[in-house]
Amino acid sequence: MAFESLSEKFQGIFKKLKKEDKLTETNMASAIKEIRVALLEADVNFKVVKAFTEDVKAKALGQDVLTKVNPGEMLIKICHDELVELLGADNTDIKYEKGLTTIMLCGLQGAGKTTSAGKLANLMKNKLNKKVLLAGLDVYRPAAIEQLGVLAHQLGVDFFEMGTNSNPVNVAEEAKKKALSEGYDVLIMDTAGRLQIDEKLMNELKDINKVIHPTEVLLLVDAMAGQDAVNVASAFNNDLRLTGVIMSKLDGDAKGGAALSIKYMSGLPIKFAGVGEKLTDLDIFYPSRMADRILGMGDVVTFVEKAKEAIDEKTAEKEAKKMMDGNFTLDDLLRQMKMVQKMGSLQSIAKMIPGMPKITDEQTAQAEKEMKIFESVINSMTPYERKHPDCLKFSRKNRVAKGCGLTNAEVNRVIRKWEQSKEMMKQMKQYQKSGKMPGGYGRR
Amino acid sequence: MGLFAFLKEKFSKKDKNEKTEKYEKGLAKSRQAFASRLDDLSKRYSSVNEEYFEELEQILIEADVGVSLTIKLVEQLLDKSEEEGIKDPVKINEELVDTMFVGYVENGGNITNEIQFREDGPTVLLVEGVNGVGKTTSIAKLAKRYMDKGKKVLLVAADTFRAGAVDQLKIWASRLGCPIITGKENGDPASVCYDGAKYAKENNIDLVIVDTAGRLQNKANLMQELGKMNRVISKEIPDAPHETFLIIDATTGQNGVSQAKSFKEVSNITGIVITKMDGTSKGGIILSIRDELGVPVRFIGLGEKMEDLEEFDLDEYLNGLLVGNGK
Repeated sequence: MAFESLSEKFQGIFKKLKKEDKLTETNMASAIKEIRVALLEADVNFKVVKAFTEDVKAKALGQDVLTKVNPGEMLIKICHDELVELLGADNTDIKYEKGLTTIMLCGLQGAGKTTSAGKLANLMKNKLNKKVLLAGLDVYRPAAIEQLGVLAHQLGVDFFEMGTNSNPVNVAEEAKKKALSEGYDVLIMDTAGRLQIDEKLMNELKDINKVIHPTEVLLLVDAMAGQDAVNVASAFNNDLRLTGVIMSKLDGDAKGGAALSIKYMSGLPIKFAGVGEKLTDLDIFYPSRMADRILGMGDVVTFVEKAKEAIDEKTAEKEAKKMMDGNFTLDDLLRQMKMVQKMGSLQSIAKMIPGMPKITDEQTAQAEKEMKIFESVINSMTPYERKHPDCLKFSRKNRVAKGCGLTNAEVNRVIRKWEQSKEMMKQMKQYQKSGKMPGGYGRR
Repeated sequence: MGLFAFLKEKFSKKDKNEKTEKYEKGLAKSRQAFASRLDDLSKRYSSVNEEYFEELEQILIEADVGVSLTIKLVEQLLDKSEEEGIKDPVKINEELVDTMFVGYVENGGNITNEIQFREDGPTVLLVEGVNGVGKTTSIAKLAKRYMDKGKKVLLVAADTFRAGAVDQLKIWASRLGCPIITGKENGDPASVCYDGAKYAKENNIDLVIVDTAGRLQNKANLMQELGKMNRVISKEIPDAPHETFLIIDATTGQNGVSQAKSFKEVSNITGIVITKMDGTSKGGIILSIRDELGVPVRFIGLGEKMEDLEEFDLDEYLNGLLVGNGK
């Protein structure tokens, strides 16, 4: 729903903007404001929003605006690209050691550490064929160890624990000993949730860090986290020197702005995304999807992108001239239709353009079916027939119909459509000559 | 009288009790991020200007008050400053606090936080929320609260989905010494509710607390499951569940409001419990929720210990957030 309302907002702003060929302080102002609100609503930290929008502004200033879009749309595209670049990291893979790789998971209570430990174990065992040992270090939360044990059992992965009366640092040491002597590839340690301000528990993590030297120390961050997430991450990072972040609960409808805040402030790579409750629901992190989600303007971005690709100015001009001259063949009709198709399905285009009336799914499906029919009919004609559709009499029509596996009636329909289009072109030309625009245009 | 003045007067007169201290301690982080910053801001400016309001905006947003409410508040203040010629930063800040909280005070005056018990037969409390907010822990804390008041409490473990969830509640039940009804792993949570309701009627239980599996509010079928549980319970015990609490993690950002809205659609939420308040710096969440939903906050988690789930007391809360010096 957020998409629609944003698109509507933008439509209002864009109407006010005139066509300008460079991005300037003035024509960017209102779009910057909208981007700012979108980021804040996505829970991106205030300071990050400020710094980030300044970056984007500096980058955008003086850039050329594509002919088919307006400065606001152009800016959002630049902002999106910047987001993708920022969120993406070169080292999102887990670093595997030659011998034993040790991974420690940490984070606030309820961030999803235990579930993610299970998911990582699943990934490493079943996709990468590693011998995995899961270790339960959460001696505080009732049944946390049982929870991890159940997951280990479900996965068929070995599990190490020493009960709830043990010291987590000892458990970690013993787990590592076992992993080393029994030839495991990976040891995953699930620690108890804790507040970053809880000195005693933070010291415990520091101690584990000291004796184990984990290959990876990963912080679990809830996609729903608010403005404070960045402080949580920096506190954990200061104490433990994190190697990366896992975003959990991304299957919810929270925008997950914390991802941007943390990346921006600490540079920590986001290595995985939790996308469901099943053990297989761990995905690699896609910067582009995340950027869409945080900005909530994926529609505008895609539109700018596709407008850039699909519409080659010169061809379009030639096309228009040809049409106006009434020298309009079936090839032209097909090319015209394909150009539209290149911009995506009708429905996605309708969604992308702010203010476009809603098209029902049935209408869309119908229109797209229609396009396929046109394409197969025209493709079954000889080049000569396409240039001179008038020559299509009964026997030629029969052959074309057989060639594309459709009926004569459908072939006729294509020809009729071509005749209509041609007629329309002629009329437009006459209007143009007489200085009047065809009805409906230019006089709202 | 302004709110600041009112709070100062009220809390300077009485001796600090345990409750006040708990609130002041639990809200220390929020206070640092809010009241202390407001204070600091008013000292740095001799009169308010555009930059002043920009900084105000920042403080509010960083307290997770939410963008739209923040913009609304700051615009109101700007208008007031212009119309009445108020330029003194201290006055502006007082005005802000009044605008923010007076509405809350007026609306929330006559709310009873404690669970309302039926005259006879069991009272049922259903506990809902997204994953990882602290439902099970809050249930244990609530159970203790009412057992201490002499009520017979039954726990119903209707989270049949998450591994270890039933074990977690079982451990609490044995620590507290109260009965618990459990079902099969991955079984139908509604049938566990049925068993629980039946047991409660046969054993003169006063309070039945039902733990449900965490669910993200955009999962339609899981939300429907809550509806089914509601129906099954109400068939066994009239008008049950009598109370439905939604647990919200205080570290949640703007999604908190969306959570409350969606859960309200499938069940009759009678109160909100805010957890992990001590770990975060945002006194703002209470405002956003009240502003958009009109559901009262009934309990608030101010620490990790069993006794740290406090009845929500607005004056204490505001004192802790705005005034309290923790001394």
